[in-house]
Amino acid sequence: MEILQKAYAGTLESSDAYVEIEPGTQGIQLELNSVVSQQFGQSIRRLVEEVLTDLGVANAKLFIADRGALDCVIRARVETAVMRGKGE
Amino acid sequence: MRRSMLFIPGNTPNLLINGAYLGADALIFDLEDAVSPDEKDSARILVRNIMKYMDLRGCEVIVRINSIDTDYWKKDLDQIMTQKPDLIMLPKTGRAEDVLTADAYMSEVERRLGLAPNTVRLMPLIETALGVENAYAIASASPRVAAIFLGAEDLTADLRCKRTKGGNEIAYARSRMVSAARAAEVDVYDTPFTDVNDDEGIRVDAEYAKSLGFTGKASISPRHVGVINEVFSPSQKDIEYAYEVMDAIRQAHEQGRGAIALHGKMIDAPIVQRAKQTIAMAEEMGVGKAVHHE
Repeated sequence: MEILQKAYAGTLESSDAYVEIEPGTQGIQLELNSVVSQQFGQSIRRLVEEVLTDLGVANAKLFIADRGALDCVIRARVETAVMRGKGE
Repeated sequence: MRRSMLFIPGNTPNLLINGAYLGADALIFDLEDAVSPDEKDSARILVRNIMKYMDLRGCEVIVRINSIDTDYWKKDLDQIMTQKPDLIMLPKTGRAEDVLTADAYMSEVERRLGLAPNTVRLMPLIETALGVENAYAIASASPRVAAIFLGAEDLTADLRCKRTKGGNEIAYARSRMVSAARAAEVDVYDTPFTDVNDDEGIRVDAEYAKSLGFTGKASISPRHVGVINEVFSPSQKDIEYAYEVMDAIRQAHEQGRGAIALHGKMIDAPIVQRAKQTIAMAEEMGVGKAVHHE
């Protein structure tokens, strides 16, 4: 699945995550800004990669600003950004 | 047991993840009015993920989808039904045909997902004058309908009157809805009380709804949930009386007596029926006694 356009999902509110996605050519390039990056940064990165793999996204640039979101919220915001990035 | 139903906006993670801790018997994840048109996709994906991964602590899950005159409702059902919500709330239901339209598509999705027919039930939201007039036809349109729900804010706009705390303007709609629901043998839920800071007002409003025969009441505020649960629960006195009724019935049967009296009052079929309902609810609340009854 190819990301065709820059897209956004989520918010910067507490317990949410803001996700930007745009087309890429060098695998998954993720910039993560999280209030809990010390403790959960690696776990969030693994989660994002898992969601992207499930959705068949091999190349994309992402920026995620996490505001203490639970995994299921991050999953949803990444999925929404991907769908919007595909133009759906 | 569904006494209270709490509305939770469908695109607000902070509220969605905490909803199950607020004491409501049922949570209504709202994809309709609480979500702006450009966030409909985001909300349905978020609600699906919340339902899939969060422990909702035994709360019943109801999802208010968008109405069938929008481009959203089929996409809502496609996503949400994968997680088997207990009920779909169908807004702006005006006619039995609206129920049949939603029912047909829900059956199609159930077949696609390999679910048994009517796994997911329907709760039509009646919030127009047309819907009120067609309440019985709506409530009895399909076996998928489990309950009907009165939405007074839109209704009063349609009636071209002001919504008041006293609720005189919706008295007819309330009575008509209860009568229609009971005739169709489905549950019936009252509209939310919208002043979140009026603690006495919510109690008066809920007690009035209960006195009319409503099964329970919706809320837009967690502050109202406790009062609604209390009002729509049987009192200790009701529970004790219900057990006395069932004991009297059992003793009469053992002694071969037909007519039964308790405290000087004849016990007839409706009283027995009410006693059974009270005991069932008490047992579900964990305050019943381990007494065998018929």
